[in-house]
Amino acid sequence: MANYTEDELAEELKNQEYKFGFVSDIDTDTIPIGLNEDIVRLISSKKEEPEWLLDYRLNALELWSTMNEPSWAHVKYKKPDFQAIAYYSAPKQTKKYESWDDVDPEMKATMTKLGISMEEQQRLTGVAVDFVMDSVSVATSFKEKLGELGIIFCSFSEAVQNHPELVKKYMGTVIPTQDNYYAALNAAVFTDGSFCYIPKGVRCPMELSTYFRINAGGTGQFERTLVIADEGSYVSYLEGCTAPQRDENQLHAAVVELIALENAEIKYSTVQNWYPGDKNGLGGIFNFVTKRGICEKNAKISWTQVETGSAVTWKYPSCILKGDNSVGEFYSVAVTNNYQQADTGTKMIHLGKNTTSTIISKGISAGKSQNSYRGLVQIHKNAHNARNFSQCDSLLMSSECGAHTFPYIECKNSSAKIEHEATTSKIGEDQLFYCKQRGISEEKAIGLIVNGYCKEVLNQLPMEFAVEAQKLLTISLEGSVG
Amino acid sequence: MITIKNLHASIEGKPILKGLNLTVNAGEVHAIMGPNGAGKSTLASILAGREEYEITAGEIDFDGEDLLDLSVEERAREGLFLAFQYPVEIPGVSNVNFLRTAINEIREHKGEKAMSAKEFMALVRDKSALVELDSKLASRSVNEGFSGGEKKRNEIFQMAMLNPKLAILDETDSGLDIDALRIVANGVNQLKTDQNATIIITHYQRLLDYIIPDFVHVLYDGRIVKTAGKELALELEEKGYDWIKENKVN
Ligand SMILES: Nc1ncnc2c1ncn2[C@@H]1O[C@H](COP(=O)(O)OP(=O)(O)OP(=O)(O)O)[C@@H](O)[C@H]1O
Ligand SMILES: [Mg+2]
Repeated sequence: MANYTEDELAEELKNQEYKFGFVSDIDTDTIPIGLNEDIVRLISSKKEEPEWLLDYRLNALELWSTMNEPSWAHVKYKKPDFQAIAYYSAPKQTKKYESWDDVDPEMKATMTKLGISMEEQQRLTGVAVDFVMDSVSVATSFKEKLGELGIIFCSFSEAVQNHPELVKKYMGTVIPTQDNYYAALNAAVFTDGSFCYIPKGVRCPMELSTYFRINAGGTGQFERTLVIADEGSYVSYLEGCTAPQRDENQLHAAVVELIALENAEIKYSTVQNWYPGDKNGLGGIFNFVTKRGICEKNAKISWTQVETGSAVTWKYPSCILKGDNSVGEFYSVAVTNNYQQADTGTKMIHLGKNTTSTIISKGISAGKSQNSYRGLVQIHKNAHNARNFSQCDSLLMSSECGAHTFPYIECKNSSAKIEHEATTSKIGEDQLFYCKQRGISEEKAIGLIVNGYCKEVLNQLPMEFAVEAQKLLTISLEGSVG
Repeated sequence: MITIKNLHASIEGKPILKGLNLTVNAGEVHAIMGPNGAGKSTLASILAGREEYEITAGEIDFDGEDLLDLSVEERAREGLFLAFQYPVEIPGVSNVNFLRTAINEIREHKGEKAMSAKEFMALVRDKSALVELDSKLASRSVNEGFSGGEKKRNEIFQMAMLNPKLAILDETDSGLDIDALRIVANGVNQLKTDQNATIIITHYQRLLDYIIPDFVHVLYDGRIVKTAGKELALELEEKGYDWIKENKVN
């Protein structure tokens, strides 16, 4: 990313509004609104699912109906009407895509607009992509090449059909249905998502990437991702999200489960750019996501997220450090502007001996937004020599925004070492003046300063994503100093 | 190059500059000396365009343009450079990225093409050699964790990179060791042409041993109260400012 200059950035900023706000004219198969047993059965039958999965869903629906929407997060929003959402919307497809050539041209155009023309991806970057639009996985690239290594990378639905034993064994083991309100909802109505399995000892030779896209209006998106890294394997996984610009609030309630078996490593990176709503706080995505990974002995899970989108974000990618010597990392940049609200952070659950976790969180608040870091470091009784280092920095761009830090520590083992650092700063007038005195415009100066501030996190991202993230940060903060 | 006429400026209602006059022509080096709190940095800040100051009277002409009409970045792009008394740290932003952004903004302003990476790196090599700046510093974050002297040297490195028409050095010599002082002065001298000009704000005649000024001014109580050749600096070193203060009262 060192080669990417502010100038190149500026070039691409010419088109500075939310550029993913378009709607594609694609025929969709959308089921009636509402949520009840019949709807769940309908979803399951549309997906030609096995009996056990239908039971799983029905059980989840029952649990969900007894639960309450959580209210502890530092966010305010009008509760969604769960009966007014269509839970299944899929691009109409006459047949399964066998190859890229079969993909609907309008769909291809959408992907190109998102910057993920697969032809190009396939030729240039060697990133395998799975594209999920409105709940259904559309196309997965590089399948054959990965197949030779025994790597399974496909849509969740395909995995249910082709690898039911893996799905059945691991699904819901890290995030049980009753974990929380949105996770239960997801378990009942999830429509698709991504699945990935890396066999023992295999180092996945390319980044695996999924783009999630909400296209149809009046729908919600409920996808599930399951990544299993078998013993001694390694995978780097990327997730991107965008949605059209709409006046309504659309709900996104995803579940992501990561399983890192002994000596395995999973790197999971997200650039979240769901539509944030307009300058007055109208519209935007409600992003209520549960992400958690479990580490067996000597395993490592690293979450990196750059969150610039959504009207409301509620998200805590977490690690259960079950195995001895396992490592959990969380690197996060969360930007809020205008009326956006984010309550995000992580949980590091130390169960095994010599487990270590690192938390680096950078919150940037502008406009009238509210940005909260919420983190839990939990050291269990048997977690001898556990270590945690947390650093939570907040940068304020205006005087009307809010930054909040809620760090929780629960320690039941006296050999633990826990360090916590927190800073809050206002974007420096002196820094801005210094940049301007060198001829740099205010917008570019903000871009430079903010990207510099987030560097530790951005450095964790793979190259293509880092560039994308830098652009997003700058776009999200256009004209926000005040 | 720059003509300041009857400049009055105040901050938070408190007058700091009280009718300052100064003319600097291309090819000249001017030194401004004066006691603490006289308004030297204030003058530099106003020239650079800091907004906190209120200009209550006077005018400033910069190469035919009304300087006070230009924004901070326009002034910089037109060739006005300020070496800060207290350079600012920008964590996570490398010096080279910072400078490349600046250079290309200035070029764009002039309707020139962006500088290629190759050309830019050659320039970095060239100019860091000129001020003997450790190449490691060029790639580190802007001023972050730099020693006081390194920061000052970095200001001159930036000046060399940006090649301004008018450079204002605000106490660039303070905090420099003897060797660094010589190196920085040497850098400034080498950058001098008959097309550009330099204003040096300093407390010590020492720097003026290396950079020979055409004029030395004494700024006192918001005004230039005395102007002479380089010998004035020696006289000030010897006698201090009291005699000037007394003169002024008379
Ligand atoms: N932001 C401010 N608020 C109030 N007073 C200020 C402010 N900035 C400068 N001043 C005052 O203006 C006067 C001139 O300050 P200035 O920094 O220009 O002095 P100087 O000549 O550069 O002094 P030194 O030799 O110590 O650097 C001082 O009395 C100072 O206290
Ligand atoms: Mg000063």
